[in-house]
Amino acid sequence: MSTPRPRRTWRKPPAIANPVLRYSVFVLVFAYLYWAIASLPFNWDRIVQGLPRAVRIFGSAFPPEFARSQLMISGFTESIQMAIIATLVGVAISIPVAIMAARTISPRPVYLLGRGIIILARSFHPVIVAIIFVKAVGFGALAGILTLVLYSLGFVGKLLAEAIEEVDYGQIEAIRASGAGFLKILVYAVFPQILPRQVGLSIYQLDSNLRASAVVGVVGAGGIGGTLMNAFRRFDYDFAFAILIVLIGIILVSEGISGRIRRGIA
Amino acid sequence: MLKITDLTKRYGNGELVLKGLNFEIEGPGLTAIIGSSGAGKSTLLRCINRLVEPTSGRIVVDGVDVTTLRGRRLRHSRRAIGMIFQGFNLIDRLSVMENVLSGRLGYVSFAQALTRRYPQDDVDRAFSLLERVGLQDYVNKRADTLSGGQRQRVGVVRALMQEPKILLADEPTASLDPKTSQQIMSLTRELSDELSLPVLVNIHNVHQAKEFSDRVVGLRYGTIIFDGTAAELDDDALDRIYEGTAGRGEQGEEPVDDMAIDTRGVAPS
Repeated sequence: MSTPRPRRTWRKPPAIANPVLRYSVFVLVFAYLYWAIASLPFNWDRIVQGLPRAVRIFGSAFPPEFARSQLMISGFTESIQMAIIATLVGVAISIPVAIMAARTISPRPVYLLGRGIIILARSFHPVIVAIIFVKAVGFGALAGILTLVLYSLGFVGKLLAEAIEEVDYGQIEAIRASGAGFLKILVYAVFPQILPRQVGLSIYQLDSNLRASAVVGVVGAGGIGGTLMNAFRRFDYDFAFAILIVLIGIILVSEGISGRIRRGIA
Repeated sequence: MLKITDLTKRYGNGELVLKGLNFEIEGPGLTAIIGSSGAGKSTLLRCINRLVEPTSGRIVVDGVDVTTLRGRRLRHSRRAIGMIFQGFNLIDRLSVMENVLSGRLGYVSFAQALTRRYPQDDVDRAFSLLERVGLQDYVNKRADTLSGGQRQRVGVVRALMQEPKILLADEPTASLDPKTSQQIMSLTRELSDELSLPVLVNIHNVHQAKEFSDRVVGLRYGTIIFDGTAAELDDDALDRIYEGTAGRGEQGEEPVDDMAIDTRGVAPS
């Protein structure tokens, strides 16, 4: 009765079906890599000369020097203050912008304006923004805070707008059917749905601002970054190394705390 | 109470979903709207409270032509029209009481809504309605901790908080198991009688339509092809309503265009 079962082979189909195209892509990628490496100006002599210098710098960084802790404390305090203020202000501004930039609840022109603000805020790396603000408002924490506000606005605004676009539309419909207007719909149908995302994003942004506040300090926008830059300029590598160690410690702690809070509210 | 004249609806440039409906509800009682998926039942209901914009025709609710209303006057007309949904559409992260009180959003100020300080009368009404449906012990529970049947009862209470002149129910039992579904339909029937409230129910389950309604309207591809008492709905009438639509499923999901998601934004409403 039973007929012999025919043998059939199976292989995973390749990602690019056309074999000519597939091999052309391989060849092109390798050709580009070869060209890129060959044409970059690696000057081996200078690299070899630089090595002892690098060894000397790292050598003089040991042991890290914590004697000028007063300078370090005031730098870090300023950085943390900058991060907290910038997060509060940035998140507060990002909420209305995110509402504007949510396609599903905003009229078209408002949506485009909201998206425009977010794209603008995200176009430049914080360091470039910081350079511009330092030129505009002078050295110090204010330039740093403005930079981080813009940075927070771009990031939180974008992700919050996406969260708003993904809310369950049925809940909006139900609140709307009760005769509620736009603001009441926001408060009852939209905010409760995006609240966990909102809290998570704000905490993540605080974390991220803490990190970025050290970087923007390097270009003169206040905080520990300025202290770090000065230490390098005066060849105080041991002090610079001490600052870096504390920075890593603070970021680890903040990451731990923010991770725990975000898990708690999920 | 409700008078619909020559109502049509077309989504975008598609076909007509409603093809010139005429129908009237004069007084209390439960009217079931039956018809296969895509017949236009959800669209019809959503045109009445303007969650969907009718393309042409007139809808008069309680003496007011709602088809031309805008802004505040549209919102005020919606207060008089309660609605119950297939997916309950409760605000999951808010408490049962907040969900119930949200039925008063058309009446209270924004500050009252934001701070949850509703007038004492509203709170009294909320408690007594929750007792009526047996949910008095769930006042401060989060809506997403309730079972399906409990959630739909919250949905019913929320709609009744509006002190509606008419109640719309869009497949209120389609997400529930058979027993719970039967309970919700009985509850709706009882409340309709107690409050002398006209109720318009979209329903897939023909047995329930016959059991609970005074009147049945059969919709087929956007046209009313049956309108009579539950007793008059015989096999012949059912054949005409569902003929040729078999396989599109009696329990099937409504197609996307019938879910009537209006993406033009809630702002201009």
